[in-house]
Amino acid sequence: MKISKLLLAAGAAVLLSSAASAATLDEVRERGELRCVISTGLAGFAYTDASGNWQGFDVDFCRATAAAVLGDPNKVKFVTSTGKTRFTILNSGEADVLWRNTTWTFVRDVDVKLLFLGVNYYDGQGFLVRKDLGVTSATELDGASVCIQTGTTTELNLADFFRSNNISYEPVPIETNDEGRTNYLAGRCDVYTTDASGLAATRSTFDDPSAHVVLPEIISKEPLGPAVRQGDDGWGDIVRWVLNATISAEELGVTQENADTIGESSDNPEVKRLLGTEGDLGAMLGLETDWAVKAIKAAGNYGEIFDRNIGPSTPIALERGLNALWSEGGLIYSPPFR
Amino acid sequence: MAEQAVASPGFSPLRLWNDKEARSIIIQILTMALLVAFLAYIVTNAIANLEAIGKTFSYDFLSEPASYDINQTLIPYTSRSTHLEAAIVGLLNTLLVAVCGIILATILGFILGVLRLSSNWLVNKMAYCFIEFTRNVPVLLHILLLHGIIVTSLPTPKQAGTESSDIFFFTNRGVFAPSPQLEPAFWAVAIAFVAAIVFAIGFNKYAHKVQDETGKHLPVFWVSIGAIVGLPLIVYFIAGMPLHWETPALKGFNFKGGMVLRPEFVALWLALSYYTASFIAEIVRAGIVSVSYGQSEAAFALGLRPNRTLSLIVVPQALRVIVPPLASQYMNLTKNSSLAIAIGYMDLVATIGGISLMQTGKEMETMIIVLLTYLVLSLSISAAMNWYNQRIKLVER
Repeated sequence: MKISKLLLAAGAAVLLSSAASAATLDEVRERGELRCVISTGLAGFAYTDASGNWQGFDVDFCRATAAAVLGDPNKVKFVTSTGKTRFTILNSGEADVLWRNTTWTFVRDVDVKLLFLGVNYYDGQGFLVRKDLGVTSATELDGASVCIQTGTTTELNLADFFRSNNISYEPVPIETNDEGRTNYLAGRCDVYTTDASGLAATRSTFDDPSAHVVLPEIISKEPLGPAVRQGDDGWGDIVRWVLNATISAEELGVTQENADTIGESSDNPEVKRLLGTEGDLGAMLGLETDWAVKAIKAAGNYGEIFDRNIGPSTPIALERGLNALWSEGGLIYSPPFR
Repeated sequence: MAEQAVASPGFSPLRLWNDKEARSIIIQILTMALLVAFLAYIVTNAIANLEAIGKTFSYDFLSEPASYDINQTLIPYTSRSTHLEAAIVGLLNTLLVAVCGIILATILGFILGVLRLSSNWLVNKMAYCFIEFTRNVPVLLHILLLHGIIVTSLPTPKQAGTESSDIFFFTNRGVFAPSPQLEPAFWAVAIAFVAAIVFAIGFNKYAHKVQDETGKHLPVFWVSIGAIVGLPLIVYFIAGMPLHWETPALKGFNFKGGMVLRPEFVALWLALSYYTASFIAEIVRAGIVSVSYGQSEAAFALGLRPNRTLSLIVVPQALRVIVPPLASQYMNLTKNSSLAIAIGYMDLVATIGGISLMQTGKEMETMIIVLLTYLVLSLSISAAMNWYNQRIKLVER
């Protein structure tokens, strides 16, 4: 009993060194820096460029959030984390927001005490295999070795998929995407499975991407989105509406280039409300009037962020698909700025 | 003394403080009180903070399905098994690599330690270089290096399966070997084996008695080996060889049948073993050097041959020096096995302290289980080694 108490205490000291606080916005302002959780490295989503700067889809949303809150897209401290450590980092107060291709699930929302704020990428789990294996469907993978990132929803989907199809496999657990890539290319596993976007990103980094194929089955729904700690709804609102601002901006034709001027020149009242030239939505969030202008100038609207990092013109070459605007047949939709 | 100070007529706190013994007691009480207050503060702080983020402290999740698969399981396990079963699978994997590691590290360590004392210059220096290289590089790097070598340099099952018609296959998905399949009559062999061990123990006692009475020395070692190997072998053939081997064969993506040592296990096992062995080697060397050469000279003067000098004079005295630090090396090896997570070996930390933690969000609860388990493992090793140390210590008359 004594020992368990002691360990409890030691664990608590580490886990809760900085207690959950009600006013994350004030903390961020005081610090002058937004701490944003991203992945340890995934081409297109979060990676370091030749000069060592973080780039990518998730990274751009971090920068937009920093620009909206602090007025400067560079006031971000990127906190990298594996699939396993991300929620602990967020819940212990080591970071303010999570933009790390994280699937929104019931347990994470309710029991892990996270506040999910929307979806910035609709994904699903797929399988990447070598073309020369001659496999055309995931149900032909009986007995295969499968590389899988531990601590992810994909790990559970994988177990369910193979069990429900009554086929066997050898799970090869790995920690990071790079490790998965190495093991897959060395032939330690026949199959690499993760979100289809991640597979496309990983395949784009291979020497010969055309020798590998993503199987047609998508075995799960993986809505990826930002999250913050529960208990600070005001902070949650800010992150939610930064995401919505980028989506509405695409819808309304606001781009990185014209964000400065269109607020004055446009006749559309929603554009004016979004960009703060009419009313003061920013003040309701506790931010500057031009918060959305700064966010959009930092990274562009949703479509620009998508195209620049993972769109068809990039090596990753993902189609918009489900991630097109609702008005163009996709699921990306923002509530109105009103 | 303290009682006297309190009872003396002119009592004052200052006099109590001036009494050396009373002062010592007061300081100890104060320190203890501070420590308890500190711990109480941390515990209440933890509880308050857990409540603040709305988390409860509960072990109910242990009986829920774990929902993930594990590749190396020593007991039956499926993704429908509970988190508790996943934790047990992880614990058994930890124990497996720890026990195998301790055995190999001890053997390697003793060999290296003796080589290090060799008068042959080349052997001596080679052992020296190996020991200094391995123990001065972090064990995590050894593990990653070995795993990298196995995964990238060995052939894939397809290549290995088509290139050779062996019964052993070395692939980057593990070493595949035939597995023994026992038939019902095999129990007779098992009984013969146990009987042979009992006989060997009895013979050892008898030999001691004979030596005490007559001074005659019986060949205990050879008789025991003969019995333990020979008797089961004879029974095995009489019973009609009740054992056959299942050889692995390439089917589909992987080898099926036989036994497999996965690269994660092999890398972890070997790296932990030779890393710890290099420390054990130095301990063994220190132990042997600590026995003064005069002891050996005295034994030679009495007419004992060199090997009996070693086993009767040098080793018993060296063990006194070797065993206590050896115990802490065993504990280090066991604890270092938690680095398994770096290469995806599903040990205790990777199962309950990794995936279960992540899937349930119970950081505090799972970490307490992991910490307590390692504590119990280390204390058990310590207790066993203390018992052994008591047994071998010199009896002083």
